[in-house]
Amino acid sequence: MNFKAEDMKLISTITDLKEIPSGALNIRVDGKAVIRNSSPNISVGPNEDGTGLKVEVKAGTKNETVHVPVIVTQAGFKDKVYNTFIINEDADITIVAGCGIHNDSHADSGHDGIHTIIVKKGSHMKYVEKHYGEGSGRGKKILNPTTDITVESGASAEMELVQIAGVDDTLRSTIARIQEHGSLKITERLMTHGEQNAESIIDVYLEGADSNAQILSRAVARDKSRQVFKAALIGQAEALGHLECDAIIMDQAKIQSIPQLVAEDARAVLTHEAAIGKIAGEQLVKLMSLGLSEEEAVNTIIEGFMK
Amino acid sequence: MLRLKNVSMAVGDNEGDIREIITDINLDFHPGKLYAITGPNGGGKTTIAKVIMGIYQHNSGQVLLDGEDISALSVSDRAKRGIAYAFQQPPRFKGLTIPDLLTIASPGLDQVGIRKSLRDVGLCPEDYFERDVGPGLSGGEMKRIEIAQVLARDARVSIFDEPEAGVDLWTIQRLIGLIIAKYQNSPKSTAVIITHNERVLPICDEIIVVNGGRIERQGSGAEIWPLIKDDIECKVKMQCRGEIGYEF
Repeated sequence: MNFKAEDMKLISTITDLKEIPSGALNIRVDGKAVIRNSSPNISVGPNEDGTGLKVEVKAGTKNETVHVPVIVTQAGFKDKVYNTFIINEDADITIVAGCGIHNDSHADSGHDGIHTIIVKKGSHMKYVEKHYGEGSGRGKKILNPTTDITVESGASAEMELVQIAGVDDTLRSTIARIQEHGSLKITERLMTHGEQNAESIIDVYLEGADSNAQILSRAVARDKSRQVFKAALIGQAEALGHLECDAIIMDQAKIQSIPQLVAEDARAVLTHEAAIGKIAGEQLVKLMSLGLSEEEAVNTIIEGFMK
Repeated sequence: MLRLKNVSMAVGDNEGDIREIITDINLDFHPGKLYAITGPNGGGKTTIAKVIMGIYQHNSGQVLLDGEDISALSVSDRAKRGIAYAFQQPPRFKGLTIPDLLTIASPGLDQVGIRKSLRDVGLCPEDYFERDVGPGLSGGEMKRIEIAQVLARDARVSIFDEPEAGVDLWTIQRLIGLIIAKYQNSPKSTAVIITHNERVLPICDEIIVVNGGRIERQGSGAEIWPLIKDDIECKVKMQCRGEIGYEF
């Protein structure tokens, strides 16, 4: 299938793909799967009730990637999908998700992706999700992802959740449960500008002995945008958890950062660091002394911070 | 040539009083020469350097680069005209890597050049290529990276603000040696080192002693060093708390 150039550009922005890859794949455009392929080890098909996708990775599958990007290009379209990912035992795979919205109209368009992920015993999963909005209309670009992930015993997962630009409203909700010897690292990067609103709520339950979790958040709020970051680490066993939220605030933006540590077992070790600050004048002057203009210096600092 | 002509800078304090930081500074910095600025802490050395770079704005007088008055130019424009400044306490950047900063300093620098720059300041490229210029680096590492950036820029006037501060004794001589080797007898560039280092001061072409915001003494290394030697050696001894001799 050939995509329109602007649609392919949108897909590229959220997945870094230059062309449509072979292998396991599902591309959803305006609520419909326009390409769906399974590979010998990864089955991609509809879920039982027809509300979304079921991706199942065979036990022992190594170094494979499944792409499941979504784009919304129809004015005023509101998409909602329920996707389930099951990574069977001893696999090592990457899931590239993400959503891009193009909206030139005055009607709001949006996508709510509700994901359930189960990483079974001994498996490793990397999950990459980029969100992006563009378009000239007054209609909002709205993305509300909900992710429920279970990391079974001895399994590990890394999640990179990125909002690049152009998303007017987002409510991100992530809940994770980690069983014994399991490990999870969530890295979230959120950039807001204009009058955008972003709220991210992450709850990680360290259920099993010797489980560990890291939540790292980097946020930049520019112009009059607003961000709320609320993350909780709940230690229910002899487990390790670390939570770090770092934000750059600019212009008339507002940021709330609420790290929460909950220990329900005396052997849980939970730590957090949180900081909100503007770009230091010293940093700007330093980069300007290397020949950058003030604007270039600001952009360099932000790009580095969000990398 | 860089010239400071009757440069003064004053700031207002909390009670509304005006306090002069530097007063009527007249200095010429010629290409091909190595200058040292020394003097007691709080005397105005860093202020002079920051006025040259445009980080501080002087209230009166002129900063002239090859006859052009650059007093009203921004820090960026002065950098583009060939002035470089190695900060005494360089700021940190989360997410920017050491190669990122070196490439900003010298946009043409390739991988080989970056590796050489790091090796020159005593950092093993393998250990530092991927690292952020963030909180994970020690003060001494930050200082070496700062000096590497200024050396990589090949600027017409390079100012090093206390390159020895925060650096271990083993590294000082290497860094100083590097600066001297690059700038001594270099026909087109000028280096200015703000320093108290007793090894550096005698070999500089000119020593400028700044005290109380004014130039107290100025002359060749051979002329000025014997006059300030005792003060500097005493200072070194105080800093090392008598644990080492002067001959480090």
